[in-house]
Amino acid sequence: MAIRFTLNDAPVEVADFDPNTTLLAFLRGRGMTGTKEGCAEGECGACAVALVERDARGNTRYQPVNACLLLLGSCAGREIVSIEGIAQGGELHPVQRAMIDRAGSQCGYCTPGFVVSLFAEYYRPGRTEVDPEAIAGNLCRCTGYRPIREVAEGLGQPGDDDPFRRRLALAPPTLEPVQHRSGAGRFLRPGTLQGALTLLAEEPGAVIVAGGTDVVVEVNQRHRRHRSLLSLENVAELAVFEQSADRIRIGAALSLTQIEQHLAGTVPLLAQLFPLFSSRLIRNRATLGGNLMTASPIGDSPPALLALDAEVELASPSGTRTLPLSDFFTGYRQTARKPDEILAAISIPLPLPNVQRFYKVSKRVLDDISTVAAGYSLRVDGAGKISAARLAYGGVAPTPARARDAEAFMVGQVWSHELVKHTLPILARAFSPIGDHRGSADYRSTLIVRLLEKLWADTSGGAA
Amino acid sequence: MTSLGKPIAHESACDHVTGSALYTDDLAGRFPGLLHAHPVTAPHAHARVVALDPSAALAEPGVVRVLGPADVPGENQIGPARPDEPLFPSEVMFHGQAVAWVLAESEESARRGAAAVRVDYQPLPATLDLEAAIAAEQFLTDPLRLQRGDAAAGLERAPHRLTGELFVGGQEHFYLETQSAIAHLDEQGRVFVHSSTQHPSETQEIVARVLGLRKHDVTVQCLRMGGAFGGKEVQANAWAAVAALGARLTGRPTRVRLSRAHDTTLTGKRHPVLGRFEVGFDAQGTLLALRMQLFADGGWCLDLSEPIVYRALFHSDNAYRIRDVELVGRVVRTHKTSMTAFRGFGGPQGMIMIEEIVDRVARTLGIEPHQVRERNFYREGDCTPYGQVVRDPDRMPRIWGELTASCDYFERRRQIAEHNSRAPHAKRGLAITPVKFGISFTTAFFNQGGALVLVYADGSVQVNHGGTEMGQGLHTKMLQVAAHTLGVPMAAVRMMPTQTDKVPNTSATAASSGADLNGAALKVACETLRARLAEVAAPELGAAPDELVFDEGRVFARSRPERALTFSHVAHQAHFQRVPLLATGYYRTPGIQFDKVTGTGKPFHYFAYGAAATEVEVDGFTGMYSVRRVDILHDVGDSLSPLVDRGQIEGGFVQGLGWLTLEELVWNADGRLATENASTYKLPGLGECPPIFNVALLGRASEPDVVYGSKAVGEPPFMLAISAREALRDAVAAFGAGAAGVVELASPATPEAVFWAVERVRRSGSKA
Repeated sequence: MAIRFTLNDAPVEVADFDPNTTLLAFLRGRGMTGTKEGCAEGECGACAVALVERDARGNTRYQPVNACLLLLGSCAGREIVSIEGIAQGGELHPVQRAMIDRAGSQCGYCTPGFVVSLFAEYYRPGRTEVDPEAIAGNLCRCTGYRPIREVAEGLGQPGDDDPFRRRLALAPPTLEPVQHRSGAGRFLRPGTLQGALTLLAEEPGAVIVAGGTDVVVEVNQRHRRHRSLLSLENVAELAVFEQSADRIRIGAALSLTQIEQHLAGTVPLLAQLFPLFSSRLIRNRATLGGNLMTASPIGDSPPALLALDAEVELASPSGTRTLPLSDFFTGYRQTARKPDEILAAISIPLPLPNVQRFYKVSKRVLDDISTVAAGYSLRVDGAGKISAARLAYGGVAPTPARARDAEAFMVGQVWSHELVKHTLPILARAFSPIGDHRGSADYRSTLIVRLLEKLWADTSGGAA
Repeated sequence: MTSLGKPIAHESACDHVTGSALYTDDLAGRFPGLLHAHPVTAPHAHARVVALDPSAALAEPGVVRVLGPADVPGENQIGPARPDEPLFPSEVMFHGQAVAWVLAESEESARRGAAAVRVDYQPLPATLDLEAAIAAEQFLTDPLRLQRGDAAAGLERAPHRLTGELFVGGQEHFYLETQSAIAHLDEQGRVFVHSSTQHPSETQEIVARVLGLRKHDVTVQCLRMGGAFGGKEVQANAWAAVAALGARLTGRPTRVRLSRAHDTTLTGKRHPVLGRFEVGFDAQGTLLALRMQLFADGGWCLDLSEPIVYRALFHSDNAYRIRDVELVGRVVRTHKTSMTAFRGFGGPQGMIMIEEIVDRVARTLGIEPHQVRERNFYREGDCTPYGQVVRDPDRMPRIWGELTASCDYFERRRQIAEHNSRAPHAKRGLAITPVKFGISFTTAFFNQGGALVLVYADGSVQVNHGGTEMGQGLHTKMLQVAAHTLGVPMAAVRMMPTQTDKVPNTSATAASSGADLNGAALKVACETLRARLAEVAAPELGAAPDELVFDEGRVFARSRPERALTFSHVAHQAHFQRVPLLATGYYRTPGIQFDKVTGTGKPFHYFAYGAAATEVEVDGFTGMYSVRRVDILHDVGDSLSPLVDRGQIEGGFVQGLGWLTLEELVWNADGRLATENASTYKLPGLGECPPIFNVALLGRASEPDVVYGSKAVGEPPFMLAISAREALRDAVAAFGAGAAGVVELASPATPEAVFWAVERVRRSGSKA
């Protein structure tokens, strides 16, 4: 089965392709060389393209993503704008004009990616001021960013007759199921959970992919070649967001950007996490389900979700089971998921704990991988007594993990600087982190306790 | 009016923003039958290649040929300064070195082929640690020395002395466009190479050497580079040679494009340097004597390490007069990639040492570091330790005064002290540091430039010069120089791609000298043409040729501006009158010389000056920090192109900030680079751009004897970032009990390094 999509308003049909092919490789292979490869792992943004998608509020918008991590199969049915499609009829787009006027380019190699990110921000529905992270997923080695930041801060509003704005008045394309099978391999994109489970049963070796921001990094960097890819990006049941009196339920395949929009800051731990979680270009594709399934000890979401007592739902042909996230990680990059299961949703119980904090220690503030991350939550009653404590860490053990002894010690005690001091020795015994290029073992060990001290300093309002 | 000196956009800005600007690898689709090359890389840091069997690779579908040492028709040697770099080595000298290359119909086939090549290695002991290599006396050159006076006696006499050492890490260039080349046989069967190279003439030379051809049989073109920063000065040659060899042997166009991981593991970096120093000073902080050894990790082969270490020595004074000096530089051989040119070319490593020393002196004495800096500035009549007169020494105090005033330095110092007294966990720091940077290649013969200008009979102009465009805005400046000198609008001038068949024997576009050398040559060529055209126009305007003004496409007598001819008309007339409309221009920098034996001379045409004040805030719990504000005042002479110059200053600063803070190269115990890609090696991102970033160009700073009074700007601003390191140290010190004393801070000052520095300060404070 051929796939079809729209690229810069023109129809594209691809009859046969290797399922491991990225959109970036496809574009450049067609001579559309404006889209650049700088890193092939979603770090530099030189390959940014924009997808026409629906945001969490139901608006059609241009969603910038890294083409190096977007599988060609995922493009089926989509509408895509690349750098070549931004200037219309020989007229430069306002963001292009502004980049020229403010000297936003030097060598120019990263520039198309910045232009696409700025273009998407320019049309972001409801934009009143610039998303400070709109260009945080793009790296530039020449300018030092100041002129590009000023372009972002100075974006005007599109006019009524702007063709891109007019496009956004209409619905985004509806994605159809895809079953592409060829000699080179299979790319399967079901539309329902039942369909996904059936395909998984038929193809037990299929590799599950959602946003692709991890799986495709492995394709590009470690040259993994998958015979069969099962994409969950179009499974309706996995894209839900539900809030009831006792829980928030988040579909495993919802993008982080959509989750951010749905939550709108109502879960402080996650609101603190999101800006530090990779970059906007990644979050537009990456999913919570994917972040949990990779089970990396330095994944960004697990410490936050562990601190929130999140539960995961695993669906299989025989039904759905729920288990606490703290039981989900079974070893280094291993989970309790069985081969016939699909991670369907993540639930956060309500009410939320009244003290919440997320910390991420990394070299670079934005778009970096953590040296140590901590998700903290406390339920503190009116008398100042702790009824529940969660001290969850990433980067200190083979899996994301809670410091259970320290948690147990804190329960029933008054949240105070004294308590912090008494907890530290227990906390210090909780983990034996290793050293690597992100940080030494000593640094990590020390951060485990210092971050709890920081929690006290940040939440106690300066009381000693 | 002319565009010279006006803030205009980069000449390719429009192509940049539309994605139509072409880089070397973007040309791949233009070559039917293109072959793709992939390296066979060694899994050892040091090993002998015992056997290499390509048969399994040749059995892979799509594999066309495996290139090895036996395939080289010329010399298996690409060393630019010394024949110590075989293209196909029999002895592996660093982890990941390419021992063979596979050519195939697709990238995927080439990669599979490379994985299938069977290589037997005999592992050999590897030296990875710099200090171990020093102890084993593994050096790539004899000691390099600069000496003045008697450092031993000076130290002896000095009222105060301190000794110390500092290791500063290297830096990956991380140009966004990785190394690439495409070679094909042209219509005459000769070799044509598209290369992302800063030095097309040397790339041409190396390709000719490997293929056993004369230079006229090889043409190298560089359209533009997606960043280079020194990393493509000599290290673009290997890939061009592989591509050319592939094209020559198969008759098919051949492409090499390194993946990011291959680029970082195969190519050199800024030299990591260990400095050991002993300084003598008085109670006011006046520097009296300095003895210092700089050990630069050169990696496995010489490359450009000798001039790089010389430049480090030349900048070990920065802006400071020191009476008795003894400086020794060593290039240390380790089993790592060959360290190479990187913006500043050793200068930053020398300069950071003296700034470290000045800070230690200040803290030892309990004097504000900015006072010690100011006290030691060069004065009128002073010479550097290598005997060059410091011209315009008043620039530094002038910049210092203007910058401290414009950034409100002293008031902010006071406010920060107040803030720090109230904030136990988040301390702020503010520091100001100077830069004095020598401009010229210290290897004298490189200081020459050439240009070829063609005027067509319709008045349109083509300009060729020897420089390459890597984003620094050279072509923009050259268009401004050409348009201004010829007196035509910018739009009448076309900048041609840099190509070795237009200007021969060019120097690398490096050492910040691109605009100085090529601009001066271009100006000469344009003046020649203008003079000829003036002869043609003069009779028609009834004026003497030297009375004529060429301005934006109009030619007129100064006294009668209303009666003008068009430039096109004059060009047309010239053609009919058989006046030549092509001209070359040539320039060599006067008076450059340096004697290595005595360690004295005048290696620089002039100095570029600047200063920066940076404010930071450090979190005491984690060592994480942010840059809050940066103010820069920099001397670019009469700017040829203020937007371009500001871009160089800001970009240089942020790149320097990366070197000194985030960017950390880590090699594993087996010699493999652990920070080989963008997810493990962190360059500054948007979050590192200072929220307040004020940049000003120094006024009244025209530089005589440089094209239109301008100054070079590519490298000097990089070192302004030392102010950020010193600001971090200032903030770290604030976590202490206030006692005077040296505050040690590792480089790069990563959050972890800052964290440990804070811990040390706290411990020593609690003891006091």
